[in-house]
Amino acid sequence: MTWIAQNLWLIPVLPLVASGVIAVNKQRQRKLAATLAIGSMAMAFLLSLCAFSATLLHHGDNGVFREVAGFNWLQFGGQWLHLDWVLDPLTAVMLVMVSFVSLLIFIFSVGYMAHDENFMRFFCFLSLFAAAMLGVVIANNLLLFFICWELVGLTSYLLIGFWYHKPSAAAAAKKAFITTRIGDLGLLLGMVWLYSQTGTLNFYAKGDGCLESSALNTMVMHTTAIGMTVATAIALLIFLGAVGKSGQLPLHVWLPDAMEGPTPVSALIHAATMVAAGVFLVARVYPLMSASLNPVRLGLDLSNLGTPFPELILSSHSTALQVVTWIGALTAIFAATIAVAQTDIKRILAYSTVSQLGYMMLGLGVGGVAVGMFHLITHAFFKALLFLGSGSVIHGCHEEQDVRKMGGLRRFMPATFATYAIGMLALSGFPLFFSGFWSKDEILHSAHGWPVSHIPFFLGCAGALLTAFYMTRQVALVFFGKYRGGVRESAAHSQSHEKNKPSSHEDSHAEPHESPAVMTVPLVILAGFAILLGFVGTPAWPWFDGFLNGESAVFNFNKLTEAGTLSLMLASAVIVFTGLGLGWWLYGKRLRKTVGEPDVLQNAQPAIFRLLENKYFVDEIYDATAVRFNAWAAQFCDFLDRWIWGGMVLLVTWVTLGLSRLYRFTDDFVVNLGFDTGCETLREGGGEMSKWQNGRVQTYLRVIGVALVVLVLFLIWGRKS
Amino acid sequence: MTSLQGCLLVSALLFAIGLAGAVTRRNAILALIGIELMLNAANLNFIAFWRYGPTPEALSGMMVVIFSIAIAAAEAAVGLALIIAVYRHYRTVNLDEIKNLKG
Repeated sequence: MTWIAQNLWLIPVLPLVASGVIAVNKQRQRKLAATLAIGSMAMAFLLSLCAFSATLLHHGDNGVFREVAGFNWLQFGGQWLHLDWVLDPLTAVMLVMVSFVSLLIFIFSVGYMAHDENFMRFFCFLSLFAAAMLGVVIANNLLLFFICWELVGLTSYLLIGFWYHKPSAAAAAKKAFITTRIGDLGLLLGMVWLYSQTGTLNFYAKGDGCLESSALNTMVMHTTAIGMTVATAIALLIFLGAVGKSGQLPLHVWLPDAMEGPTPVSALIHAATMVAAGVFLVARVYPLMSASLNPVRLGLDLSNLGTPFPELILSSHSTALQVVTWIGALTAIFAATIAVAQTDIKRILAYSTVSQLGYMMLGLGVGGVAVGMFHLITHAFFKALLFLGSGSVIHGCHEEQDVRKMGGLRRFMPATFATYAIGMLALSGFPLFFSGFWSKDEILHSAHGWPVSHIPFFLGCAGALLTAFYMTRQVALVFFGKYRGGVRESAAHSQSHEKNKPSSHEDSHAEPHESPAVMTVPLVILAGFAILLGFVGTPAWPWFDGFLNGESAVFNFNKLTEAGTLSLMLASAVIVFTGLGLGWWLYGKRLRKTVGEPDVLQNAQPAIFRLLENKYFVDEIYDATAVRFNAWAAQFCDFLDRWIWGGMVLLVTWVTLGLSRLYRFTDDFVVNLGFDTGCETLREGGGEMSKWQNGRVQTYLRVIGVALVVLVLFLIWGRKS
Repeated sequence: MTSLQGCLLVSALLFAIGLAGAVTRRNAILALIGIELMLNAANLNFIAFWRYGPTPEALSGMMVVIFSIAIAAAEAAVGLALIIAVYRHYRTVNLDEIKNLKG
């Protein structure tokens, strides 16, 4: 057991502690908050590097390097709940990615949030998020996973609603929380069912874990409704959680709205890490996803009988993975079409994120863990880059998010433009030099070889075309042409001149400006990774693939030129160039002159454009069905509460009230009256008696004398009788 | 009427006078004198019952009376001292005004 695997818990605990310390400090200590958050993140990053190098060192020993450690948390009945963590290549890669991107985004946030008065709260939430996300990554236990998963959802809610005084942000936060909760219900049900089936929630436990063959075997052996094996049913329930978190169809609606949060949050949570958690979940429970019955038992003869349990085979076209594939492919094309018609710079990126998450799911479904995870990692870097770039643009344009009101920013913010262009080319999948090309190509390649259907492949290709198209549109609108945003401001400017206000400040505000170094440096670093990362997963040197699967990668240049690979690469390059060219032809050549001018596509196909601009009216459909039903149910419950249950309660109240009135009457007029009278009599009697005790000695003496006489008379009279 | 009866009659008269004095006088010193009279009436009774009793040769009655007179002297001393103390406190020896049971 390596030291780092034993102490892997330190990685999430560091930012957690930082978050706690920030939370209890005063609101003005900005430096302390930033230092703590960034310092703890840097420490976590260093530890992640340790973990990564440990996996590298043990790479290729025998199979996949995997070490688990943990502790018993609490006991119920005769069983212990464990909280375990695992160190394997998947964890290590995610740890490095999450902690590194978080670190860069923390640094960026110092610049972006510099003028926000809730700076401390922001860093507190960000650190908590990082802790929860790192917890998700290291979990070897569905319970720990679920706890961290929900924490991640909570911080997402808190950060989307960070500017809660904006009604739209508050609504978006609620929407995100509730929508993901629908998915999490599936995850919870899957978790409970898994526990009841296998008696363990640990993923790996030296043969006893729920992802290991004996547990999978029992789950495959049982069938449930409509002929599904239990394994498939559980896998689909768990996948529902991933659908909610990763914004897949039909639960994607929250992700674009989540852009109401501060831009670093969009970059970190809603592009790079949290939304990838769903993809990571599928990758983590991949054995469960791919478990299916051996077709031999169904009477078909296949030769792969190498497994010790002949009922179970891990197949790349199990029912669960087919669902994953279809959902992913549909999401990829669906969100890409919407992104074409959006005008908010962050919303375009949000739909692009949804689309790319669909690609990851597609990759997981058709190609296995490594394919999906590779796109996850590369996407995390270039999408974080794009979001931070858009943050820089928004910051430079004075909180303007409408791309129609931008334009020509290339001259004003050269560093942002250069890095943004790199991110855009990587996302579009520009051939050979950008990471997005290699990861997307691998997905398309696997989709092409998928035995079940070819439709996901064509959907993926169409999505790639659209991706290149809408990114070109965005860049053309934002960075080329003439700056269109100054009109309103210059009007206000001239007005202020008339009123003789000092105007130098407004002068500097009229034009966009480049962001400070604290914001551009993370951009440059991310841009570097957006290019370089692609080369660890090229077909010629599939290091990433080998690393995750515990095989050693060999450099083989000839693989690049193999028939299938090369033709596919050429095809995808053609697709990308078509998309870029189309975008440039429509938006780059004829640049938009004014803000109000209709879009090129709007002129050509107004109906379709309207459909896309309104996101296929999914929100409206949900409003009309789910939300309305919910509102109706709420009203019904309200009615029940107010009139039925409330009435009952009221009735009980009245009865109680009546009874107590009766008690009070009895008390006042029966018990108290009798008692009071008795007391009064006693008191009066006491008063009478006390008159005898008047302190007059002679009276006492007189009484004694009279008593003596009476006594004597009595004795005399008594003797006589 | 025997001489014993005469003695008892005198003694009863004396007691009644003493009692009346003690009860009716407002002055504390006069009330004390009344009490002394009642005491002496009792002494007279002792002497009378001894002198006309079955064993007049024993000196028991005389002894009791002398003892009683000694006690009466002491009692008079204590009573007068009390009256002086009361006078100092209340500036009066009128028994009607000395009726507070406390201080």
